[in-house]
Amino acid sequence: MAEEDGVRRRDFINVAAVSAAGVAGIGVVIPLVSQMSASADVLAASTTEVDISSVQTGQAIKAIFRKQPVFIRNLTQREIDAANAVDAGSLRDPQTLEERTKEGKTNWLITMGVCTHLGCVPLGAGEGEPRGEFGGYFCPCHGSHYDTAARIRKGPAPLNLQVPDYEFTSDTVVTIG
Amino acid sequence: MARILSILVGLFFTVALAWSLGLGFYTWATEPAQPTAEHEFHEHPKHVSFASDGPFGTFDKQQLQRGFQVYQQVCAACHALKHVAFRDLEKIGYNEPEVKAIAAQFQIPKYDEMTGMVETVEGTPTDYFPPVMYAGQGSPPDLSLITKARHDGGPYVYSLLTGYQDQPAELLEHFPDAKTPDGLYYNPYFPNLNLAMPAPLMEDMVTYSDGTPATVDQMAKDVSAFLIWTAEPTMDKRKQTGWPILGFLLFATILGYMSYRNIWANKKH
Amino acid sequence: MSFPWAKQYTPSHPFMKWMDERLPVPRLVYNAVGGGYEVPRNLNYFWNFGFLAGLCLVLQIVTGIVMAMHYAANTEVAFDTIEHTVRDVNWGWLMRYAHANGASAFFVVIYVHIFRGFYFGSYKAPREMVWLLGVVIFLLMMATAFMGYVLPWGQMSFWGAKVITGLFSAIPLVGEPLQQWLLGGFAPDNAALNRFFSLHYLLPFVIVGVVILHIWALHIPGSSNPTGVEVKSESDTVPFYPYYVAKDGWAIGVFAILYCAMVFFAPNYLGHPDNYIPANPMSTPAHIVPEWYFWPFYAILRAFTQDFFFIPAKLMGVLAMFGAILVWFFLPWLDKSPIRSSSYRPLYKKFFWFGLIPTMAVLFYCGGAAAEEPYVMISQIAALYYFAHFLIILPIVSAIEKPKPLPFSITEAVLGKDEDAKLEPSA
Repeated sequence: MAEEDGVRRRDFINVAAVSAAGVAGIGVVIPLVSQMSASADVLAASTTEVDISSVQTGQAIKAIFRKQPVFIRNLTQREIDAANAVDAGSLRDPQTLEERTKEGKTNWLITMGVCTHLGCVPLGAGEGEPRGEFGGYFCPCHGSHYDTAARIRKGPAPLNLQVPDYEFTSDTVVTIG
Repeated sequence: MARILSILVGLFFTVALAWSLGLGFYTWATEPAQPTAEHEFHEHPKHVSFASDGPFGTFDKQQLQRGFQVYQQVCAACHALKHVAFRDLEKIGYNEPEVKAIAAQFQIPKYDEMTGMVETVEGTPTDYFPPVMYAGQGSPPDLSLITKARHDGGPYVYSLLTGYQDQPAELLEHFPDAKTPDGLYYNPYFPNLNLAMPAPLMEDMVTYSDGTPATVDQMAKDVSAFLIWTAEPTMDKRKQTGWPILGFLLFATILGYMSYRNIWANKKH
Repeated sequence: MSFPWAKQYTPSHPFMKWMDERLPVPRLVYNAVGGGYEVPRNLNYFWNFGFLAGLCLVLQIVTGIVMAMHYAANTEVAFDTIEHTVRDVNWGWLMRYAHANGASAFFVVIYVHIFRGFYFGSYKAPREMVWLLGVVIFLLMMATAFMGYVLPWGQMSFWGAKVITGLFSAIPLVGEPLQQWLLGGFAPDNAALNRFFSLHYLLPFVIVGVVILHIWALHIPGSSNPTGVEVKSESDTVPFYPYYVAKDGWAIGVFAILYCAMVFFAPNYLGHPDNYIPANPMSTPAHIVPEWYFWPFYAILRAFTQDFFFIPAKLMGVLAMFGAILVWFFLPWLDKSPIRSSSYRPLYKKFFWFGLIPTMAVLFYCGGAAAEEPYVMISQIAALYYFAHFLIILPIVSAIEKPKPLPFSITEAVLGKDEDAKLEPSA
């Protein structure tokens, strides 16, 4: 009986030693994996101020936020009406224009310029670019059409163009992020 | 045959060395090296301790803030701090609005794509301390890494700042050629004894926001502590990570040893 | 290696059987580091350093790949990318310090490993090939470490690159063009930095290849052992698993404690402060020294201060520095004594402990000291002994020495020791 206990105790120590080695292995993996995530300087540089005073009604500009394009569009009344005429409930990603803009600033449509399908930059923000069948943005990579509220209407993209966090720091300056 | 060859090669090297040694010894014995002023009068850094010293030391944030004040009000006129971003100052206890305010006090050169001109704008927390345009003689070194880039860095900076003095009469007597040239200043803690930077600190030059009396000694110590931090802002984290890891390794190694003894218990070796 | 009593691999699980018939990796592992590899039972702790060296190589490759993810080999930004890694990348400081101190740890381990070989005659027949491949690994390590030290593009990096490539300019006729070819220019710059980075990334994998050959060559005759007597019977050996796995396992623990103590509490102790100053081609640091693991060879380089007949001092120094390592290649044929272990070689043992070891210590010290007297004269004496030891003393000693009687077998050596222990109390 005593002999058997001795054997069991020894097995226990061997198992414990191997387990400790396993824990050490996992401990080594943690920094090796997390070193690849965004570094402090990248995370810190995450707000962008844009001066929108020069954007006329019907025009759009591109800004850069987190190394990606942002579309800032000054909607015309016709575009606003067109967006509101659609029954949001019938859309693939149901959202109204109200929900996608700031109160009292419904004409300012600010979205990421990144197609929600696979990340291309849709056309439509630049002068003379095609704006797709619904008069918003058109992604040429795989043919996604966005409407005047930048909502997905046709094509493979699953979601509307993303609206980043932003606020109007004054009437002419918007801070994104 | 191989043996003879190897001995011949061996003799080639050893005789060449003996030749060098003999001539070297002759020169050394007949013309001993002349002492130099640097050799005789250079001093090692003073003993001074910082809160961050040793394996258990951590930064004293209050002191780092005082040191930053000294840097900003005295050193920053000539010395840049290019590897440090304003956002880093949050790590020494400033809050976000304070960091924003500090950043705004600095002018950052920015290239404007529209005009093709470089213009200066107010700094934001994500900016780095801007380069310093120095008009005088020489180029003041960037201070971000200064305490790592010198032996015994913290005490070195402290000693240098507090070590200005008149050239000792004894030095001038023995080495009349080593008289400090015009425009340079004598400091025995500087490797070649004379440096271009005049004594930068004077009593009450800075008004500490925490009310600490701003003696030269205090300011020198504070700014040295600050520069230890700028050279390695992650030092606290490094030490704090190290202890649990060492503890675990000790435990695991003891287990490993016991397991080893178990497995070898019946084998003599 | 196969001693007649070594067990053959028999798959215990149907999947392992399936695998073994198609890609016999389980068999390879079993025969190389498993229960099928018989190892002398009397290995002492110096035999752990081979395994530790392998561990260091893996450590350096892993942390090095991480460093390369954040590094840019351009003279404008190289220094800054390292600082960025240390300051802003998650755990970047740990990776940097682990890699820099990992190089030192690797060399500590490898020096013990090499000197184990010197003392116990591991280079002798039938293990010459193991030894030769080992020297190749050491040379590759030196090249890799040197190029790695250039990458941060600090003052020591730059001047190290300039001085070490300058060694090649000592070669008559082709020296100057050769140095220019190595650097891709007249002085170290982007071309040199980029090729050093490329090679610094490549060479470790070349080392892995040579290490595989080194271990393969080792497995033909099997490990040597502290008595130097060949394995004769089953009682002389134990299977690698579990015996030496357990022993190496806890040795890793001791190594990890010492290594982590350096990384976390003295990460810059072995580095030079000047390498925290960005490279400046216009100003040489007051004392340029390589990393500590090159000091003995650097001391030999600097020991030649006088032209020797028609050979310039510079060329002499370079010849000697490379010669100091190349001589190791000839060791199996310089030391003709049939006895491997110094334990049974009274005369050689004296030269090892009172000659070679102090000489290396002195060379280490002088290589790191300033190039002034008396260090130069001391390193000249030490270098003189170094060459005399390998090229003159070793061949003569192996011819005239009277060895002590060898034990009949490893088993006898082990159990004999045990009997001595039993006898002690009554004596």
